[in-house]
Amino acid sequence: MSAIIKVENLTRIFDVSKPWLNRMIERQPKALLTAVSEVSFDVERNSVYALVGESGSGKSTIGKIIVGLVAPSEGTVEVEGVDLASESDADKIDAVRADIQMIFQDPYASLNPRWRVRDIIAEPVAARGGKTAGLAERLLEQVGLSAADAGKYPHEFSGGQRQRICIARALSSEPKIIVCDEPTSALDVSVQSQVLNLMSDLREEFGLTYLFISHDLTVVHHMADMIGVLYLGRLVEEAPRDRLFSAPKHPYTQMLFDAAPRMDAFGREVEPPKGEIPDAINPPSGCAFHPRCPLAIPRCSQERPEMRKIGQTRVACHMAE
Amino acid sequence: MTDTPVLSVRDLTVEIPTRHGVLRPVDDMSFDIHAGEIMGVVGESGAGKSMTGNAVIGLLDPPARIVSGEVLLSGTPVHKLKGDALRRLRGKRMGMIFQDPQTSLNPLLTVGDQLSETILEHLNVTQQEARKRAIAALEEVGIPAARQRIGSYPHEFSGGMRQRVVIALALCAEPDLVIADEPTTALDVSVQAQIIALLKRLCRDRGVAVMLVTHDMGVIAEAADRVAVMYAGRMAELGPVREVLTNARHPYTAGLMESTPLASQGRKRLRQIPGAMPRLGALPGGCAFSPRCDYAQDRCRQEPGPTLKRCDGRAACWFPLNTAAKEEAKA
Ligand SMILES: Nc1ncnc2c1ncn2[C@@H]1O[C@H](COP(=O)(O)OP(=O)(O)O)[C@@H](O)[C@H]1O
Ligand SMILES: Nc1ncnc2c1ncn2[C@@H]1O[C@H](COP(=O)(O)OP(=O)(O)O)[C@@H](O)[C@H]1O
Ligand code: SF4
Ligand SMILES: [Mg+2]
Ligand SMILES: [Mg+2]
Repeated sequence: MSAIIKVENLTRIFDVSKPWLNRMIERQPKALLTAVSEVSFDVERNSVYALVGESGSGKSTIGKIIVGLVAPSEGTVEVEGVDLASESDADKIDAVRADIQMIFQDPYASLNPRWRVRDIIAEPVAARGGKTAGLAERLLEQVGLSAADAGKYPHEFSGGQRQRICIARALSSEPKIIVCDEPTSALDVSVQSQVLNLMSDLREEFGLTYLFISHDLTVVHHMADMIGVLYLGRLVEEAPRDRLFSAPKHPYTQMLFDAAPRMDAFGREVEPPKGEIPDAINPPSGCAFHPRCPLAIPRCSQERPEMRKIGQTRVACHMAE
Repeated sequence: MTDTPVLSVRDLTVEIPTRHGVLRPVDDMSFDIHAGEIMGVVGESGAGKSMTGNAVIGLLDPPARIVSGEVLLSGTPVHKLKGDALRRLRGKRMGMIFQDPQTSLNPLLTVGDQLSETILEHLNVTQQEARKRAIAALEEVGIPAARQRIGSYPHEFSGGMRQRVVIALALCAEPDLVIADEPTTALDVSVQAQIIALLKRLCRDRGVAVMLVTHDMGVIAEAADRVAVMYAGRMAELGPVREVLTNARHPYTAGLMESTPLASQGRKRLRQIPGAMPRLGALPGGCAFSPRCDYAQDRCRQEPGPTLKRCDGRAACWFPLNTAAKEEAKA
């Protein structure tokens, strides 16, 4: 087993201050938002690594850093051994860029409405001067649409079909890795199942690796081999799928699992989670989860827990065992 | 549960005239909701869930209009009311919670003023009493430090807290019926769990009848007593939630259940329902689900669409399934 993506100590800070003049007048300091904080993980070749967490936990930012759409503030990402942020060999950068593609939640926003589907799909290849004859037609059939659809425009398709077009485009440069950011969150379940099945088939056929970002635990359970749980920009737990679901170790993971509605839990009465996700500009000290944590001890508010390995699980919690 | 339902919807049909003909987003829907009961409404987007809710509370946007059927609120024919009479009834006896709390809140008024205003409009109380009740309402929905927060504006609350304010607003005039249209769809699971627990408690403690529209089967299972499954403007299946979810009789319900990933089923390939829900302007003849249905026979395509009334009262299907028996046979 070897890692195709290595993320080390990744941090991304956004400056969300008001314009400096306003700040001067209102005497406010700079506001810095830590979207991703010291995150490290490896993605094995040909596996599905899922990042889960509630909105604002930093999932999309990590995905964008990995494909090179956002720069890290600190830390490194290596794809196939190449660090996009520091590599100087243009050929290597080019090769890695082609190896990694991304698909997004909103298949409406990510397709140019004025382009024909043929051009949309072939664009990543055309941009690198590759051969595009017949490419879109072949890929359309691979994702369950028909070659005749190549001449149509995005608005002529349903949401599920548009996501298939996005997938076809992602496949056009024959990538090894696809970062999928909430690929089915905007779709109805009957269509979601079509897209998830398609993604599983394509993975097998092309030996793809997925970084699969989702807030939906049932979808993650269905797709992932390895799962990383994020809270407020921090990786709090990572474990193989079955391990994580059968024995979640971090109190936040446990809270998330308890809160998720279950189709087979008729009339279940749950004690709902306490509190809300804190402000990422002023995160709590020590363990970011401590104000909501049922297990917190004084140490939790003082010292940020390190990632520790317990069996197959990695967990950042002082109390986990 | 008392015998007279709080809400009784009978043969409700909504139409929208367009240049290309008349669309029917709600077609012959009938259901009851009793005091202290949560009825879930599920279905894919475009199935007509919101239209049904809006028709019940008299909030259809023209040119959509009720063309036949009745909406009875404890016997009062809501569908016949107009203007002020309708507006009074809506605030007082029916509350609404929408997916986007913004649609129910005035950004320019403090939450305290909005609550007091609603209370004064519908209940015969003094200004002071209204304020007291406003604070109590915020406390009841779990807004911390309600007495201090009453002077805050909607944008000063988080998304989850804003939805709580909307719930307080929907409930402050003590309505008999609450329509909650995807109240947690925009929220994270931990906040969703809080809001659903709150709705369940209010329904139980106050005996409110709740129509809970959602596309999340998990939310339905945990919160609803009965569930209505909608497809292309029609009722596909209606029954007690455990019955419907564990022993779906309509092939569409069964398909929905099997296409939802379920943790306990591991990685099994998901069931796919082929195709997509038809557009209203291009509904197939006969049963609207027939082109996507594995069990469709000639009758399904040729006869007028099956309805609960014409079928067995539970599923609008000529050949209803018995999924539980099928599972047993497999085991
Ligand atoms: N370009 C940006 N500028 C400022 N803040 C951002 C930017 N992108 C993301 N953020 C913030 O970073 C945090 C993480 O966001 P995101 O990665 O989108 O989380 P997720 O995908 O888990 O919902 C959030 O608080 C978000 O508001
Ligand atoms: N003004 C309108 N003109 C034409 N069709 C409309 C209009 N408003 C809604 N519809 C259609 O009515 C149907 C039902 O919509 P809706 O009740 O919002 O569905 P749901 O809430 O189940 O997603 C949809 O097919 C929608 O496209
Ligand atoms: S480190 Fe402390 S506060 Fe954080 S999750 Fe563990 S027990 Fe809770
Ligand atoms: Mg995101
Ligand atoms: Mg709706």
